[in-house]
Amino acid sequence: MSNLEKYNLVFLETFEIEENSLNDKLIYQSIPQWDSVGHMGLIAALEDTFDIMFDTDDIVEFNSYEKGKEFMKKYNVEL
Amino acid sequence: MAMDELIKIQPYGLNKEEKRKLYTKYISDLTWKHYNGCPEYKKIIDTLGYSYGTSFLPEDAPMLPVRLFKEYELISTKKDQIVKTMTSSGTSGQQVSKIFLDRNNVEAQTKVLTSIITSYIGKKRLPLLILDSKQVLKDRSMFSARGAGIIGFQTFGRNITYALDEKMNLDLDAINSFFNKYQNETILMFGYTYMIWQYVIQILKERKISFHIEKGILFHIGGWKKLKDKAVDTATYNETIRKTMGNIEIHNYYGMAEQLGSVFVECEYGAMHCSVFSDIIIRKPDDFSVANIGERGLIELQSLIPTSYPGHVLLTEDEGEILGEDDCPCKRMGKYFKIHGRIKGAEIRGCSDTYER
Repeated sequence: MSNLEKYNLVFLETFEIEENSLNDKLIYQSIPQWDSVGHMGLIAALEDTFDIMFDTDDIVEFNSYEKGKEFMKKYNVEL
Repeated sequence: MAMDELIKIQPYGLNKEEKRKLYTKYISDLTWKHYNGCPEYKKIIDTLGYSYGTSFLPEDAPMLPVRLFKEYELISTKKDQIVKTMTSSGTSGQQVSKIFLDRNNVEAQTKVLTSIITSYIGKKRLPLLILDSKQVLKDRSMFSARGAGIIGFQTFGRNITYALDEKMNLDLDAINSFFNKYQNETILMFGYTYMIWQYVIQILKERKISFHIEKGILFHIGGWKKLKDKAVDTATYNETIRKTMGNIEIHNYYGMAEQLGSVFVECEYGAMHCSVFSDIIIRKPDDFSVANIGERGLIELQSLIPTSYPGHVLLTEDEGEILGEDDCPCKRMGKYFKIHGRIKGAEIRGCSDTYER
């Protein structure tokens, strides 16, 4: 599985959404599942999947599916 | 200055004059923003006789009594922009405050809290032991202040572990394995003042169990009323925690559901500090004039965060006194103060740490 596929899978499983929801409209608080609780679940799942650890600031800034991709680069995960 | 700019300022980096200048502009602007957005608020401001668009000094800003948020639904933005409704838990039978948050307001709360807390613990996330039960987070639709506090703090932690099981009993296996695993690291802990005392410290004492954490940082929040009834003061509280848990830096902090994010943290010298994002004014109870340093009175809180509800200037039902400004030995700038608890005759207000067996 490619890194992008893994990244997508984390969103699909954490929020229980369909593949077609993965677009630039998927942002923090845009769906009920992506609330503050869901956000910490997402972060934990990404950290487990890629064996990385986000800094506090990046957890706060990670507020959309697309923006998240940029953050993955910062932690040396090429999507 | 927009929130994006403000957030770049060091959280304790403005002196008296700089802060006063910022607040004169910002609090005035916020007042007129809410005036235009919230019809009920407009009525209040008109009644008080403020003329639209004028700028006023921070101490002349119109205050709302905090209990107004229990009686009215005050929103300064379009209803469909609200992404989250916060409630203060409130004791049973009492009305709860309802705070309506839009996306920008939520984001500002998170960023401000992060700026303040990381100034104490650093930007690296630490192993986090939550001295509470995961059960609190179960109902996500109506979030209590207690649940929100726990979630908010998770941002600063990793390998998050809960010290209490779903029945509020101490989960010794979880605690032991957590302490063993991270014995060479700085450990972060979070919980509610009274619950830590009652459900963690007292139980450890009863069972004669103690830990020897080499370096820990504890943040706790919540009312002191029940502890005062048991004659437990800050010194006793801190000392008992250190005796049962080990070498722990303890930070009590203070904040209201009506102004989440801009919290006041107790420094190593035992004083609560205002960050750049919030300020305190003490009011004399007889005529609401501004009290001097060292004089007790009602606490007024100003916060730069609230944009989707008119909660930027609140008169609380807490009593306190300002100890000084810009000259605390800890070197943080801004006012520092002490809280004396709820004023007599105030409505009994629920804290976020209510749990009745």
